Amino acid sequence: MGNEYKTKIPEILKKYQQELLNDWMKEQLTAVTLRSDLISEQELRHQAAEFLNLLQKGAESGNITNIMAPEWDDMRQMLASIARFRAEQGFSAPEAATFIFSFKQPLFTHLFREMGQDIETLTNEIWIATAFLDKLGLYVTEIYQKSREDIIDRQLREILELSTPVVKLWEGILALPLIGTLDSERTQVVMESLLNMIAETGSYIAIIDITGVPTVDTLVAQHLLKTVAAARLMGAECFISGIRPQIAQTIVHLGVNISDVVTKATLADAFILALKQAGVTLGKPQHRL
Amino acid sequence: MGMIRKSEFLSLRSSEGIVHIRQIARTWAVEMGFSLVDQTKIVTATSELARNMIDFAAGGTMQLEIIDQGNHRGLRLTFEDKGPGIADIELALKDGYSTRGGLGLGLSGSRRLMNEFEITSRVGEGTRVVVTKWK
Amino acid sequence: MERTYGERIPILKIGKFLLVTIQVDLHDQMALNLQHDLLERIRKIGAHGVLVDISALEIVDSYIGRILGNIAKMSKLLDAETVLVGMRPTVAITLVELGVPLQGVRTALNLERGMEFLRTSMREQQWQGAEGSDRADGNDKEI
Repeated sequence: MGNEYKTKIPEILKKYQQELLNDWMKEQLTAVTLRSDLISEQELRHQAAEFLNLLQKGAESGNITNIMAPEWDDMRQMLASIARFRAEQGFSAPEAATFIFSFKQPLFTHLFREMGQDIETLTNEIWIATAFLDKLGLYVTEIYQKSREDIIDRQLREILELSTPVVKLWEGILALPLIGTLDSERTQVVMESLLNMIAETGSYIAIIDITGVPTVDTLVAQHLLKTVAAARLMGAECFISGIRPQIAQTIVHLGVNISDVVTKATLADAFILALKQAGVTLGKPQHRL
Repeated sequence: MGMIRKSEFLSLRSSEGIVHIRQIARTWAVEMGFSLVDQTKIVTATSELARNMIDFAAGGTMQLEIIDQGNHRGLRLTFEDKGPGIADIELALKDGYSTRGGLGLGLSGSRRLMNEFEITSRVGEGTRVVVTKWK
Repeated sequence: MERTYGERIPILKIGKFLLVTIQVDLHDQMALNLQHDLLERIRKIGAHGVLVDISALEIVDSYIGRILGNIAKMSKLLDAETVLVGMRPTVAITLVELGVPLQGVRTALNLERGMEFLRTSMREQQWQGAEGSDRADGNDKEI
């Protein structure tokens, strides 16, 4: 397609604006993918009208091939918000993109009406239109997917926070039993919530127990150390318990320096030390004679 | 390269202005939905780099931009001054290296707080630091 | 925008302790003023301890970190112990990442614990003084 060819689409959009909107609304309302439970007809109409408006504006620039160019910035922004809206509302991917694709039929109808006599021109225009609308449709799908991913990430985060509960062992003493494989992301989330709990409960000792953690890599070890350092800055001390021989080896091999962190083999040992520091003495049970 | 969604330009002339610049950076970070920790990191890095401009170059400019790159959205901050420039960038980036009795953590620290860090400097002409934090 | 340069942060006296609550975004000049005012007050009343409440601070950069470190060091020279109180988790995480040492600066989760610590360390000091250690005991300073 040469650049010299001047498309008639902008004119068509302008000339048949109202008809296109009505026909398009008809298409959408009769589509199987309509989700009248998730979006009202009024809202749909509003979105369609805005789309047509932006389509017309953008097309007037003469560029109907490159949707990433500045003349289509506003259109992309609008489509992005439509995509995000549908992602959040729970539309499926096809349902989201149908918004764009259902516009083809009304547009083609009017193209035919205007230039049905001239097969060559009609073919050109249909080709240009379909290529362009496909790009917009794909763009909507892309943003939709990204939004769905963001939503899932967010929910995952929430689950992570719920699944690593911080436990209060004693007045001023918290324990965080970590279970499963730690990755950088999860460790950060968990550490942040530990520090928040320390602040909220005014605890001055936090025991991070990694008995249930099979392996630790450099990043995770560093996060643990940073958490200990951060807790210290806040005025609380962290003990790490449950370091198994393999993990001890890994840490030393990685060259991570944990020499100034109190470590204990078991959570119980760490707890006893914590109680001692808290000035609590444990008495032996009295023998009754 | 990404698409720039929004952009603002500020000039910094005195150390009182550092607080103002921090507040603007925080507003943008909050609007973009960064987590509390990330907000703090962004504003702290801003403070460090802004202070560098005041201390070494009697001021400069900061530009804030929202960038969309593929699936990610980020906040990009560009600090530019017409100060004396940095002769040895490697040295300047070392923790603890300071030519004014500071802690020497402004550049190296900002690099750790942000996701991307880029510095260009010419002696006698000025310095430009570009940092980005991705969501 | 308020012009707050030169504004001074109030310093409260609680017995032989001083309490400073930092609630605003500190301008550089304010921070320097605070450093100066605090040391003056310590000297004047022969304070034994200083509590710096930073629970309202959302940002502590390397400059403020240095000021806080200085306050602790200088107070120590005047025989007063400083405790930094109420650092927010986000600030702590950021300071660690930034690499601000703040070593030798005592910290506490809240005012209550901070006071507790100061009282305990004061008792220890007095005890040491009574034992006749030849370390200059600042407790009897009267200026």
